[in-house]
Amino acid sequence: MSTGAGAGAGTGMGASAGAGASAGSGGHTGAGIEVLPAGPGALLVELSCGEHAEAFHAELLRRRALGELPAVREIVPGARTVLLDGIADRTPDGRARLARELASWRIPALRRDTGETVEIPVVYDGPDLADVAAAWGVTVAEVPRIHAGTEFRVAFCGFAPGFGYLTGLPEHLHLPRRATPRTRVPAGALALAGAYTGVYPRPSPGGWQLIGRMPEPGGLWNPAREPAALLSPGVRVRFVAAEVRS
Amino acid sequence: MNGAVEVVRAGALTTVQDAGRIGWAHLGVPRAGALDAPARRLANRLAGNGADAAVLETTVTGCAVRPDRPVVAVVGGAPCRVTVDGRPVAWGTPVRVPAGAVLDAGPAVRGLRSYLAFGGGLLPEPVLGSRSADLLSGLGPAPLRDGDVLPLGQAPAGLPGADAVPWPGAPAELVLPLHLGPRHTWFTDEALRTLTTAEYRVSAHSNRIGLRTRGPALNRAREGELPSEGMVLGAVQVPPDGRPVVFLNDHPTTGGYPVVGVVHETALAGAAQAVPGTRVRFVCAGRDAGRSGTGATPLP
Repeated sequence: MSTGAGAGAGTGMGASAGAGASAGSGGHTGAGIEVLPAGPGALLVELSCGEHAEAFHAELLRRRALGELPAVREIVPGARTVLLDGIADRTPDGRARLARELASWRIPALRRDTGETVEIPVVYDGPDLADVAAAWGVTVAEVPRIHAGTEFRVAFCGFAPGFGYLTGLPEHLHLPRRATPRTRVPAGALALAGAYTGVYPRPSPGGWQLIGRMPEPGGLWNPAREPAALLSPGVRVRFVAAEVRS
Repeated sequence: MNGAVEVVRAGALTTVQDAGRIGWAHLGVPRAGALDAPARRLANRLAGNGADAAVLETTVTGCAVRPDRPVVAVVGGAPCRVTVDGRPVAWGTPVRVPAGAVLDAGPAVRGLRSYLAFGGGLLPEPVLGSRSADLLSGLGPAPLRDGDVLPLGQAPAGLPGADAVPWPGAPAELVLPLHLGPRHTWFTDEALRTLTTAEYRVSAHSNRIGLRTRGPALNRAREGELPSEGMVLGAVQVPPDGRPVVFLNDHPTTGGYPVVGVVHETALAGAAQAVPGTRVRFVCAGRDAGRSGTGATPLP
């Protein structure tokens, strides 16, 4: 990050370990949806789990595309939340109405098998590969097979432009951050922590487990390109092993 | 060609700013934009520009530039001594700067950030629809360095209508109306009382990302890490040291520390001009009616 003086930017790579997406289910009703105020122009919708939040976000985008959502400037998914910021109707009544409506939605189960898919070529040769293999109880050679065989989905973005928090690993493969964060993780590092996988778009400090690298990380983020981000919320991701050194 | 301005003295931290990069928060892109938005709009209006034209935002020490064509310029925001080729000219009103003359905005006399608007606006290459420098993620034009050249837009036809307007001064005391939530329930009742009754001061560690404060720490009612969630402009985030930080324009789009409340956007221009040591008072603007749901958490 260009500033070490971030104002307590608590996001870091610090999304909590074990904020696990639950197994798919048959859809969610209003139960477990809580709508919290976030100032006069925003609402923060909190869901029961990560999977529910992804499903709610997908439903928001679907309804917005159909023109069924009141005007909002930003829809920002988080680990277990979706923020609606820049609500055009800033009156307390307007916001309360929207809050009630959001809380009443019936949310279809998340479809992980639809939507745009991107493939990211990676080399599985990260310094934490052996530790990850040990924690997963598999051989080092099996880690790339398991990881590249997983269908990922961008749950949310943050930390830096181009960084996506990818879900898809089953809960028994979720690992904590490293006890001691590294002062410098190179651009392109392929990493795991908690429920998430991600690729560092630029060099930065970081505490995730490094299992490999994307040889050409410039493809993750290019503001001169349309779209600027390879990974935006809802996009499906597959990692393709370009070469494995063991 | 519409001409350009050359940076003669970049100052401590001078950046190009417009209305910001709106609509990209879901990709982790901060909004950026002038911290004192009313000052940016006013300076632009006086220079004959649309309100959202790109201007220079200085920090404490001002800056100096040399246009290569005659240009109408306005220095507003934090009051400062303004000169053209060493000759004093008016602050806060349009002045004509001849081609090749040096417009110097001196150190802020009160407040922190002065704004330099030029007729036609500044036209560095836009990134995602904005020419603003974003110091958190490095998008947009880098902070100015001596010798940089910034292209100007076409001079507006005719002279601006207004020539003098009242500028709000830097606050002697920064009063920040606070809407509680979304995470005020993470704090003890005592902490919420402390927040709205105790005296805080602007910390010298404040920047475009956030206004940091000095004062009593706010104790949490619950421990643990907050899974990353979206953050709004004006969010009052409470990091582990317990001192509230008010998020300004370059704030991260998601964060993992609880937000006790959100400062009303109209108060943030004052936050942009409050010098370190300024007294800060958070006053309760209300517990919002937004809360609704079928979850088990009762209303506080």
